[in-house]
Amino acid sequence: MIMSTALVSIRNVVKHFDISGGLLEQLRFSGGRPTLKRTVVHALNDVSLDVQQGETLAVVGESGCGKSTLARAVVCLHQLSSGEIHYRDQRIDHLPPARLLPFRTKLQMIFQDPYASLNPRMTVQRILEEPLRLHHRAMTPAQIAERVAAVMEQVGVRASWARQYPHEFSGGQRQRISIARALIVDPECIVADEPISALDVSIQAQILNLMMDLQESRALTYLFISHDLNVVRRIATRVAVMYLGSLCELATARQLFESPRHPYTQALLSAIPALGRGRRGRIRLSGELSTPIDLPRGCVFHPRCPHAYEPCRVDTPAPQTLDTGTVVACHAVRDGRI
Amino acid sequence: MAFRLSPLARRRWAAFRANRRGWVSLWLFVALFVLSLGAEFLANDRPIFIWYAEKAYWPVFQDYPETEFGGFFPTTAVYTDPEVQALIEEQGWMLWPPVRFRFDTLNKNLSSPPPTPPSATNLLGTDDHGRDILARCIYGFRISVLFGLTLTLISSVIGVAAGAVQGYYGGVLDLCFQRFLEVWSGLPVLFLLIILANIVTPNFWWLLGIMLLFSWMSLVDLVRAEFLRGRNLEYVRAAKALGRTDAAIMRIHILPNAMVSTITYLPFILVGGITTLTSLDFLGFGLPPGSPSLGELLAQGKNNPNAPWIGLAGFCVLGGTLALLVFMGEAARDAFDPRRQR
Repeated sequence: MIMSTALVSIRNVVKHFDISGGLLEQLRFSGGRPTLKRTVVHALNDVSLDVQQGETLAVVGESGCGKSTLARAVVCLHQLSSGEIHYRDQRIDHLPPARLLPFRTKLQMIFQDPYASLNPRMTVQRILEEPLRLHHRAMTPAQIAERVAAVMEQVGVRASWARQYPHEFSGGQRQRISIARALIVDPECIVADEPISALDVSIQAQILNLMMDLQESRALTYLFISHDLNVVRRIATRVAVMYLGSLCELATARQLFESPRHPYTQALLSAIPALGRGRRGRIRLSGELSTPIDLPRGCVFHPRCPHAYEPCRVDTPAPQTLDTGTVVACHAVRDGRI
Repeated sequence: MAFRLSPLARRRWAAFRANRRGWVSLWLFVALFVLSLGAEFLANDRPIFIWYAEKAYWPVFQDYPETEFGGFFPTTAVYTDPEVQALIEEQGWMLWPPVRFRFDTLNKNLSSPPPTPPSATNLLGTDDHGRDILARCIYGFRISVLFGLTLTLISSVIGVAAGAVQGYYGGVLDLCFQRFLEVWSGLPVLFLLIILANIVTPNFWWLLGIMLLFSWMSLVDLVRAEFLRGRNLEYVRAAKALGRTDAAIMRIHILPNAMVSTITYLPFILVGGITTLTSLDFLGFGLPPGSPSLGELLAQGKNNPNAPWIGLAGFCVLGGTLALLVFMGEAARDAFDPRRQR
């Protein structure tokens, strides 16, 4: 493990969800004998990522690949099955809630659905005051009001609307308020879990631009979860591609989009709709997306991979750094077959 | 921070007011309850106020010896005694409550053996001990409603807390607690109440405690369901990411939403509490003998079929109270029902 200057470092994180339910649901009969069988969703399998200060690290992948779980794991909403989350070389994932508080101000989260992430019974004022009252107990009401107004202006919501309830705002404005709530404690890093996918296309660009402006003015670091490759191409410094809870490829945005190495990345990129290209040149994957409950042996992608060969069915490929700086977890790339 | 009703709450309030039956019931009930809180001023065997020898006396609040009014005995003055009355009238005057009997005053000047039918002195007649039924109804209503309200308040606090913890943490805790609730709620409540009421000498607080053992469960399921739903809402996650403690999240972010459905249940819990108290009193396992209680009145009505006014009075007061509460509950339920709002 490289001791790096990473702001947030995700190390060998594994997250399993037990969905086996009650005792009766676990009961199975195999070979005439009753056995208890647990059903486990393997949401994250040994994922390691470093988020460098000041960058936008985008995490892409299809639905159910563990992107959101990763985002929640980073802000310690999930108890990890194993692995560590480090913030500036301090391990934070095992801290008790009270000791975690100082890191909460540094590491904030923006949620996907602005219709669900704001408490409908609180005014915008109260929503934005809550983080301040919690983390800056010494602030006077006047200071709090001033800070709230300042942040609201910064995200482009009129401060005079602070007495309104969330349902009185449009989706885009709500997401701005949601961003304001994350910003108000002055974080260094923001984990954005598909912050624009619930918005109208016309609003998406506005929110993206807002986020990029804020990054510039406040020197923010983003861990940006998305499934929209065009968005990622626009804002990301580096991109991590995930498939079924595993990291496939990690590269700078430029390298990833110009010369993807992992077969899954190649297939994913070829699926970006583009004008005039038609359907030619698209890599069609065959087979179904495996479920994270019964993970395939070996490389999780091998049942659908056009380049799969013997070792893929046996060994899980370890991530390896190529001379271009790209990190790829693929046997075929390692053996020079692709 | 200024109190401001959210538009939704305002719409619900308007919907509640639009239900005339519920609205009138609410006011009637509140008026009757407030009046009954001052039952000592409505029905009492002492005057509210005495002006005697240029001095003011408040017999309702304070005991005065008979000698104070020039009488012979140093004991507490018996104001129903014509001689005491004559003594006071000599040098002053008295202000009597509308009903000149307390719930335990024996009317000794009855024309026939008790129970006596309604007359000018005993507007609803007397019971089989010669006590005024109207006075007993007023005091009985007060104690029933107070009992019901206290029971509702405490059991909803316990129920909401239990349901909140159960729903919020879920998992094994929820599983175990749910099984416990199933067993506990399967117990035959009335029989257990009777058995428990036999072990101790029941008074108001004992009965309250015994009934609490079972009545707190009525809200648990509801609140648990709300918290199970609420704990996965995104704004709850946002509060967690902010570092809010579990208790604060439950109180600030989930509870207000859970309370909405809880409120509509409260009138019905109140109804249940009053009914249970009445049935225990009716069976003779309730409040200590001599207390004014509607159940005891109903039992007397059953034992004296030749004096229908006893049973009728008890029935009307109990039925009226329950009807008012049910009307209020229905109006509240409809006002909170999202499907009814256009």
